[in-house]
Amino acid sequence: MNTEMMMQLALIIAKILMVLLPVVGAVAYLTTIERKVIGYIQQRPGPNRVGFAGILQPVADGIKFIGKELIFPRMSNIYLFFLAPILSFAPAFVAWSVVPFDVGLVIADIDAGVLFVLAMTSLGAYGVLTAGWASNSKYAFLGAMRAAAQIISYEIAMSFALVGVLIAAGSMNFTEIVLKQQGGLFSWYWLPLFPLFLVYWISAVAETNRAPFDVAEGESELVAGFHVEYSGMGFALFFIAEYANMILISFLSALLFFGGWLSPFEGLGVLAEVTAFIPGLFWLLFKSAVFLFLYLWMRATFPRYRYDQIMQLGWKVLIPVALAWLPVVALMVKLGLLG
Amino acid sequence: MNQFYIILILAAFGLVFWLLRGKQWARQLLLLDFVRGLKVTLPYFFKPKITVQFPEEHTPISPRFRGMLALRRYPNGEERCIACKLCEAVCPALAITIEAQEREDGQRRTTRFDIDAFKCIHCGLCEEACPVDSIVLTSNMHYTMRKRGENIMTKEKLLAIGEAYESEIAACREVDKDER
Repeated sequence: MNTEMMMQLALIIAKILMVLLPVVGAVAYLTTIERKVIGYIQQRPGPNRVGFAGILQPVADGIKFIGKELIFPRMSNIYLFFLAPILSFAPAFVAWSVVPFDVGLVIADIDAGVLFVLAMTSLGAYGVLTAGWASNSKYAFLGAMRAAAQIISYEIAMSFALVGVLIAAGSMNFTEIVLKQQGGLFSWYWLPLFPLFLVYWISAVAETNRAPFDVAEGESELVAGFHVEYSGMGFALFFIAEYANMILISFLSALLFFGGWLSPFEGLGVLAEVTAFIPGLFWLLFKSAVFLFLYLWMRATFPRYRYDQIMQLGWKVLIPVALAWLPVVALMVKLGLLG
Repeated sequence: MNQFYIILILAAFGLVFWLLRGKQWARQLLLLDFVRGLKVTLPYFFKPKITVQFPEEHTPISPRFRGMLALRRYPNGEERCIACKLCEAVCPALAITIEAQEREDGQRRTTRFDIDAFKCIHCGLCEEACPVDSIVLTSNMHYTMRKRGENIMTKEKLLAIGEAYESEIAACREVDKDER
């Protein structure tokens, strides 16, 4: 291997680490912020003992996870049992490779970015399924079954919602989709695609198995769902994957429907000039943070859906709504209102 | 201009559903109930937090709070207890054991005054029965026993608690004196 190839390899690894490490850090702090936000909504301060106001809480959690014993159930399939956390952890991070943070600030600027992300988020379902199957536990199995059925159902609604974005933008490349939305708050796709945005958001929450669609975990009936039998780092990997997926979904919402790194004050004269110094990355992170807060806010507000209600919502409401709005989007594009 | 038409289209759809909001399905499609739920919880996020940070903060305690028992002394240092054994007689949990003897100066005093903290139910009847205000209940509820046998509160321990809490005990009695 010559030096040029080595340099290229080092550059790629550096790029990956520049995305991976902040995401892992964000995951760690999202767990604490979740407890804080839910605590605040319940009029408690949340974790505030470790470090100043609880800022070292994720470190303490991490040390605890590493220190825990790994337990393998006696009749479980040990290879699949070991593989399952990796299967759900890896795709959650691979999907980040196509997420752009600004023009050119992306690991892999591929043309089928949306498709790639859809494929990767669906692969996460295999981790859940494998975990439920390999655990040889009725709770884990039921949780996995529910998760699989739910993810498959909501995938369809989510994909249809994204088809609307693709029609409007005429591209599957994230950077191009964002750049198509230029022109300020009301040019972003959330306005013309508002019903699709709602469908996308609801199915995205269901895709990540978060409240109020967290029947796969369903602690009140299934103990902890598909990861009952996991302890220590095995459990931690599932946990990290779930939160990484949440952050990914929030970024995708910001990119596809809320103009990514574009400033909301674009084309507003004085306001645009005053806020011109704010970097695009800030806007992207800000929009994603709003969606992450919405995740936690919803979790603190809504009771869990019943399983049959989830299926009904996915198949009988979200898919028809998405299908009904697609012709409207197509018409808007034909009439030149969009894109 | 394009955005104006788009808003018009959305508003038209929204209006149709709004007019149908009496119907269950239209309400669900507009997510009205969900917005209402979210509107309930958001103000709580900004409300002041009511948690009492326990080791640093305490909830207010009534002057009549019945916690750990103690024996008091007079201001001149003489112990109050005259070994009348009224508390021993009234104690419903039989937690008190008293033995008494004549002291050199001819006064009747206890030689043994044991309270079993595990038997004690903190009913306060002993305090009510005491004619000289000797046995009292303090506000201390955070006591622990780490070894077997520590649950027997001897006379020395009880007097020590009484000395440590004397100012607080006296203050509580002062607040409450009209009711006694």
